[in-house]
Amino acid sequence: MSAHKTPAKGKSGGAVHADKPLHEEQPEVAEWQLRLYIAGRTAKSMAAFENLKRVCETHLAGRYSIEIVDLLVNPRLAAGDQILAVPTLVRKFPEPIRKIIGDLSNEERVLVGLDVRPLR
Amino acid sequence: MARPKKPAKTSVPEAPTLPKAPTGIQGLDEITGGGLPRGRPTLLCGSAGSGKTMLAAEFLVHGAQEFGEPGVFMMFEESAEELAQNLRSLGVDLDKLQRQRKIVVDHVHIERSEIQETGEYDLEGLFIRLGHAIDTIGATRVVLDTIEALFSGLPNHAVLRAELRRLFRWLKDRGVTAIVTGERGENSLTRFGLEEYVADCVILLDHRIEDQVSTRRLRIVKYRGTEHGTNEYPFLIAKDGISVLPITSMRLDHQASRERVPTGIDGLDDMLGGSGLYRGSSALVSGAPGTGKSSVGASFVDAACARGERALLFAYEESTSQLLRNMASIGLDLEPWCRQGLLRIDASRPTLHGLEQHLVHMYELVREFKPSVVVVDPISNLTMDKGDRLLKPTLMRLIDYLKQQGVTALFTSLTSDLAGDMADSQVGVSSLMDTWILLSNIASNGERTRTLQVLKSRGMAHSHQVREFVMSDHGVDLVDVYLAGDRVLTGTARISQVAQEAAAGELRQRDHQRRMKELGNHRKAIDAQIAALNAQAEERAGEVEFAIERERLAAEGLSARSRAMAQSRDVPPPRPRPAASARKGAK
Repeated sequence: MSAHKTPAKGKSGGAVHADKPLHEEQPEVAEWQLRLYIAGRTAKSMAAFENLKRVCETHLAGRYSIEIVDLLVNPRLAAGDQILAVPTLVRKFPEPIRKIIGDLSNEERVLVGLDVRPLR
Repeated sequence: MARPKKPAKTSVPEAPTLPKAPTGIQGLDEITGGGLPRGRPTLLCGSAGSGKTMLAAEFLVHGAQEFGEPGVFMMFEESAEELAQNLRSLGVDLDKLQRQRKIVVDHVHIERSEIQETGEYDLEGLFIRLGHAIDTIGATRVVLDTIEALFSGLPNHAVLRAELRRLFRWLKDRGVTAIVTGERGENSLTRFGLEEYVADCVILLDHRIEDQVSTRRLRIVKYRGTEHGTNEYPFLIAKDGISVLPITSMRLDHQASRERVPTGIDGLDDMLGGSGLYRGSSALVSGAPGTGKSSVGASFVDAACARGERALLFAYEESTSQLLRNMASIGLDLEPWCRQGLLRIDASRPTLHGLEQHLVHMYELVREFKPSVVVVDPISNLTMDKGDRLLKPTLMRLIDYLKQQGVTALFTSLTSDLAGDMADSQVGVSSLMDTWILLSNIASNGERTRTLQVLKSRGMAHSHQVREFVMSDHGVDLVDVYLAGDRVLTGTARISQVAQEAAAGELRQRDHQRRMKELGNHRKAIDAQIAALNAQAEERAGEVEFAIERERLAAEGLSARSRAMAQSRDVPPPRPRPAASARKGAK
């Protein structure tokens, strides 16, 4: 259902995270735009962030951006991406949108979920 | 020993009654004794299309509009647009309510194909969304429709179940009154066993088809800590929303009015203690085909409208225009009342709905139109071939409802022409009625006449006579009963008897005149006789006087002669007669 929203956002590319003052970094218009939803700095969310970083560094080095959304800080953002479970990783770009829920501890499944071909 | 004291204190309930949140749904609040448990979740389960979403939505809308309780509608199946459309059909502007910050609609959608699962997670996102929605408008009501959709969206049911348990506890902690809907399961109330999490109040909706007629029913399976109606209550999703028929939960506590309502038939009013039915009572008019039941009903309606009251007529046999035409033929012109809005005729085929649906429909109309008089013509058609089994409870509900509203009701009922079961077939229903009027046809002497009798009428003296019922082009009326000897005469027999008696009367009158004349003549004759006798007597009296006079004169002449004789002989007059001699001397 959120599919109709994404083309608009997809076109504006980098603006996605430009209009959202969030904590994370990386190139201006990344090839892989990822967003990680967490609810407070819990063990699960920290683990998810660590796991995600590791996978990205390994397979998508220099081609990704990660935006972290803390729902405790910005609860209204939960509805936009239809977030129920926490943590949830959303692949905003490339389309289509994909979601991976859980602490991302299984690298293989994360890759499958993101539809990333492993480099090595 | 100090220990048991403390818990004893805390376990004392703060209030004798459970606080409740009114749903604003017609009837449901009556069954539940005031609404859903406030601050607790209620499980609403039912199969697809049983009206769960509608009921839940109404709960929120009424809360927002009437009770000042904003609400959050979290949907897992329908989209916001679909919900808005459904509510628009009930005349609710969801967008406006959202703009007024009275309702927040959140559509939770999960696409299984989009989701991968890896590692541990929880549903904190859902909690945050819900919490955020509640906080933005200060909601006190929440609907989760249908949260079971998560089971198909999330692969890990163990996590889901744990989180649902947490969710319901969380809802309680937040103190919101919640409705959680669930799909009916095969052997359990809900497919995924939600009832094990929501233990306070469970309402079951049901949609059944019997004899090709569908009926919706509602039942409160459980309502912890409060008394509630336990029956299955039919309900209807009507033009302005859901209404439940709570009637069997009602007690017989309506006020009985002493006011009378004329029936529109003077003769019938006379039979009913002179002034008609009690206001708010119910009357049954039963009779074979063609005995004039509809006409009695129409007269009743006509009289009510003529008094300026509103009347509602349910016709299950004739269309409105047919009814108007037919009643016009006996001088009851109902059309002006329709135009003035005093009379509403609701004509439909009984097969249009099931019995309960009809009942709900009647309710709706009565509630909307607020008539003082209701006529149902005829109730016997409502059952079709299902028998009286359902008719009685349904009627009981209707009658109770009408009595509560102080509406005077008249029901007609068709009975078979066979005299034997004429009364039998109505016994079940008639016990509900305050007044029972029986119309029947008497065929004798080559003609058929309509008769009317009052079989019973609670709380008033009523005539026990059978009256003849006549329909003419100026309405319906009753002809005074004609008793000849020990027989009641109707129809031609009555007319011929009247003529015969009139002829006999004429004859008698002539006879009297003749006898009076005779008496007069006789008196005259006697008077003449008296006059003759008087004349005779006078004649005799004259004769006697004359004789006396003559004798006296003769006697005087004698004495004068003897005196003259004595003078001439110079004889002193005899002593005893000095006076006479002196007188004579003076002479």
